[in-house]
Amino acid sequence: MNTVRIDEAGTAKDRPILEIKDLAITFTTSAGEFKAVKNAHLSIMPGETVAIVGESGSGKSTTALAAIGLLPGNGRVTGGQILLDGEDIAHASEKRMIELRGSHIGMVPQDPMSNLNPVWKIGYQVRETLKANGRPDGPDDVARVLAEAGLPDAHRRARQYPHEFSGGMRQRALIAIGLSCSPKLLIADEPTSALDVTVQRKILDHLDKMTTELGTSVLLITHDLGLAAERADKVVVMYQGNVVEAGPSLELLQNPQHPYTRRLVESAPSLASRRIQSAKEQGVEAEDLLAPAAEGTSRDEVLQVRNLRKIYKLRQGLGKSSDFAAVDDVSFSVRRGTTTAIVGESGSGKSTVAKMVLQLEAPTEGQIIFDGVDTAGLKGRELFTFRRRVQPIFQDPYGSLDPMYNIYRTIEEPLRIHKIGNAASREKKVRELLEQVALPQSTMQRYPNELSGGQRQRVAIARALALDPEVIICDEAVSALDVLVQAQVLNLLTELQGRLGLTYLFITHDLAVVRQIADHVCVMEKGKLVETGTTDDVFEAPQQEYTMALLNAIPGASLMLPPAVA
Amino acid sequence: MSNNNHFVAPVEETPLQATDSLKTDQAPLSLWADAWRKLRRRPLFIVSSLMILFLLFVAFFPGVFTSVDPGSCQLSNSEAGPRPGHPFGFTLQGCDVFARVIHGTQASLAVGVLSVICVLVIGVTLGALAGYYGGWLDAVLARLGDIFFALPLILGALVITQLPLFRENKSVWTVVFVISMLAWPQMARITRGAVIEVRNADFVTAARSLGVSRFGALVRHVLPNALAPVIVLATLELGVFIVAEATLSFLGIGLPPGVMSWGNDISSANASIRTTPSILLYPAGALSITVLSFIMLGDAVRDALDPKSRQR
Repeated sequence: MNTVRIDEAGTAKDRPILEIKDLAITFTTSAGEFKAVKNAHLSIMPGETVAIVGESGSGKSTTALAAIGLLPGNGRVTGGQILLDGEDIAHASEKRMIELRGSHIGMVPQDPMSNLNPVWKIGYQVRETLKANGRPDGPDDVARVLAEAGLPDAHRRARQYPHEFSGGMRQRALIAIGLSCSPKLLIADEPTSALDVTVQRKILDHLDKMTTELGTSVLLITHDLGLAAERADKVVVMYQGNVVEAGPSLELLQNPQHPYTRRLVESAPSLASRRIQSAKEQGVEAEDLLAPAAEGTSRDEVLQVRNLRKIYKLRQGLGKSSDFAAVDDVSFSVRRGTTTAIVGESGSGKSTVAKMVLQLEAPTEGQIIFDGVDTAGLKGRELFTFRRRVQPIFQDPYGSLDPMYNIYRTIEEPLRIHKIGNAASREKKVRELLEQVALPQSTMQRYPNELSGGQRQRVAIARALALDPEVIICDEAVSALDVLVQAQVLNLLTELQGRLGLTYLFITHDLAVVRQIADHVCVMEKGKLVETGTTDDVFEAPQQEYTMALLNAIPGASLMLPPAVA
Repeated sequence: MSNNNHFVAPVEETPLQATDSLKTDQAPLSLWADAWRKLRRRPLFIVSSLMILFLLFVAFFPGVFTSVDPGSCQLSNSEAGPRPGHPFGFTLQGCDVFARVIHGTQASLAVGVLSVICVLVIGVTLGALAGYYGGWLDAVLARLGDIFFALPLILGALVITQLPLFRENKSVWTVVFVISMLAWPQMARITRGAVIEVRNADFVTAARSLGVSRFGALVRHVLPNALAPVIVLATLELGVFIVAEATLSFLGIGLPPGVMSWGNDISSANASIRTTPSILLYPAGALSITVLSFIMLGDAVRDALDPKSRQR
């Protein structure tokens, strides 16, 4: 091995800026040794963008953290090499790593909400980085760095605190910090997964532009195959700590070889929209393909929402308050046995609509008519019956199950509350429900903390189904799941709809998911309904600028894959 | 791997597993089972719980350890040193120190345990109601708690015990009452905080939309999930209350002189601290060991119930 130090001499053009060979990383936990990364290898040429794709727990973030020498205290490199411009940094001293960080390797972390120190001004945090790397750190330098990251009015912004920034602006500030010392390599760990799609697109576009100008190589870590393929020259697929496939992005998508990659390509929602279109071209109606309504179900309107409005009072000092319309004049109706999706970015009021339909919040104005009855007047007994017929599934699979209840008690609870059957018949019902959501019977004795996110979500579905409801309201029900698990849950939901004639109201920010599951779409922006229509109409001929912006922002949407592959 | 090669790992190296398959190799674990599994391997927990078990045994069966009557004191033995049958010597009044320490365990533990129970009942109820329902109820209960919170324990106890009703009926119960009156706001605050944290959890909303009543959700879902910090505080406070009893007794406003307790003994040993300090040391030592075991237990329980250390 040749240990070439990085000097002012510059980088040879034909040598990779980062090369990882046979990397193995082991974590020491109270339960013993755990091999998070078993065999990872990749190389990034100067100016190139390489994406690592994999599900949570595949070792993709760990590999990247090892490259910048920031493994958690209980993790260590147990094999292989990490060559940064020819120098092996897998076991480099902390002193050397501090020299390299910032100036040679920059990092954009995942969560813009928690990665800026809330007690320091943005400018101070940028200056800190410049100072640590011996760069000029005057106010003008700070403003220049921020302006380059696309923050307008940078001088003023530098004097603000993180809480005054939106999520997208914070991520820009983090990108500014990551690129402030023009590193040769930038590690971007899920840089936009916490952001709305339209913001995500802007940020990634800007990141592209900046790194191209600076000639920086980018190691992009993402769980989204579509995004990886769109943004990266090469894609590296990781699975269970191993690199299972690597190659040029398009080729890898068009010709996936490893069964895991094939599985990923098949279930990536951002690519699935293509899949449905290609199916349509072959004469298959998307609606038949995806949401077959149960035979004989009358297609009446089970849920009607009329002129719904929700005003929140915002307190502004003593005795003063201003009105904030979270939901403003929203009307739509849902036919029995179909799926209606409400799409919008954060703050669009879509979840407030769901809460009002579920009778968890009272509307300020307007009506919600369920099966011909205005729900506003429901009290006591009637409300109890209504609860039985309309069930929710929530976003966070880690929060929606009581950690103190085992799975049996969780699913049995609604039956017990509604006094259905006796102990024996309830147990039988729980077993049936578990079977319906494809979980083994042995799950009954387990507790939520032993299950993965997807399994918990399936338990939540079983609980929602326990009372044989007619309408299920899914509030971002699959947003927190890995793509493969997401596809699995979506398939389950579709299958259950076909079998039980369920009606879904699907709240989501993810248009790709909408395309997969919904018959009708309502697009919301800032509390208002901007567009409604059948999924096909909205996707193929969006009428509103906002809808178009949303559609264009789906990562991978611009990739044209031949139908045979997709 | 060179630049433009399309690399594919052999499938055998990373066999494909079913998506999201359930791990079935471990026994199911509830929060409490998990905590117990962690606890029983902690030396801190083992030592402290053995000590507490021993103390409880002493409290219930003092006769096993000494057959000397702690109440029969002979002035001829005043401040006499240890001798066979009387390992700790005698007090100023000529009582057997060992027997008094053994028999004093009962009163100290009784005050500690009973006070903790009272504080739990008052504090958890009020704290949970305030945290869960919020609004005016919260405001009223929080201010009420603040009033008691502002009273220092000893000062408050001095005032309350001087009331004729208490002065004339001194007993274990009056001490328990005084301690509970002044200590519940702490418990109420902790409960309130824990309940507020849990009340907005998705599983509570889910339960409500299943048809569980508002109060039902508090009892079934919110409280059980808010109990961990409460239990930790309760174990820690047990030690604190035993000290409080000793302090009150030392000041002469706690247990009546007729009741055998460490606090009373420490108080009366005060007179002979220069001549025979050992009379003071033995009850004080017993007190320290007891409090230490409860605080150690509290620490161990806190670590075991820490949600951050739960898997996933």
